Amino acid sequence: MTELPLIGGAPVAVEPRLVGAKIGVVTFPGTLDDRDAARAVRLAGGTAVALWHADTHLADVDAVVIPGGFSYGDYLRAGAISRFAPLMSRIIDAANSDAKLPVLGICNGFQILTESHLLPGSMIKNDHLKFLCRDQVLRVENNNTLWTSDYEAGEEITVPLKNQDGQYIADDKTLDALEAEGRVVFRYVGWNPNGSRRDIAGISNAAGNVVGLMPHPEHAVEPGFGPESNAGTDGLGFFTSVLNKIVGGAQ
Amino acid sequence: MPRIVVDVMPKPEILDPQGKAIVGALPRLGFTSFSAVRQGKRFELTVDGEVTDAILAQAREAAETLLSNPVIEDVVNVEVVEA
Repeated sequence: MTELPLIGGAPVAVEPRLVGAKIGVVTFPGTLDDRDAARAVRLAGGTAVALWHADTHLADVDAVVIPGGFSYGDYLRAGAISRFAPLMSRIIDAANSDAKLPVLGICNGFQILTESHLLPGSMIKNDHLKFLCRDQVLRVENNNTLWTSDYEAGEEITVPLKNQDGQYIADDKTLDALEAEGRVVFRYVGWNPNGSRRDIAGISNAAGNVVGLMPHPEHAVEPGFGPESNAGTDGLGFFTSVLNKIVGGAQ
Repeated sequence: MPRIVVDVMPKPEILDPQGKAIVGALPRLGFTSFSAVRQGKRFELTVDGEVTDAILAQAREAAETLLSNPVIEDVVNVEVVEA
């Protein structure tokens, strides 16, 4: 399907060789950003596959994005009910298997990954108690994960941030281990928008195939629609990173 | 019908932003005797019939796996309340 932007510049040129890579995008009741995530996959050159939370198989996808939103209305705790969806059991098994399925959790997706114990720590309400939506500068602290290899280490990128329960917390022992193992993947730059411990915006698991972050790279993939800096396409690298890894690994 | 009540509180070492907002609002209404507030959750699980030990054990397991997140919360009480 060809999608031309109504405003903004020309779409970013994609590499035809990436189109065979399939990235699943999971929809839960209350998910908001699944369409944007699927669009980001397509704009990066890959093939997006819609996955439903009640599915019991992963449809042979090469990677999974768990997008943002308010699944189950954030009832109980953000991500707490989604974590027990049938498809999540498949995703948890595949992420922990030898195949190391690449999984990216964005915002509510990050909260679902911590509730699933695929990533350590948890999110609580922003320290200022308000919902916040802004363009946020992040520093890529680790470009060795499956989702960040197309960035330079230390590169600063700008993507939208929008959440109410975005304060990342974990005990000091966990935080020290994350730092020592290079698993702090993104840090907030300039201002900590929610009180997250050690300015942490995103983390990975030990193997580097599972990454979660609160800000939204899938909203910064198309010229004219994302943040004003760097053409607003700083988020595209997440998707090209994993697509290049998938295609490279298959060759 | 009997109910099993489960109380969940944020862990003591974790800042409770909601409690902090509430303690800030109390003096504005003239309630000046309270130096801190922590906000938790109370769940009421209704049981059709008698609460057996097995059912109570299920409630405790549900409290630890779904009703609370052990990273940020403690289950502080599980008790049976007769209707």
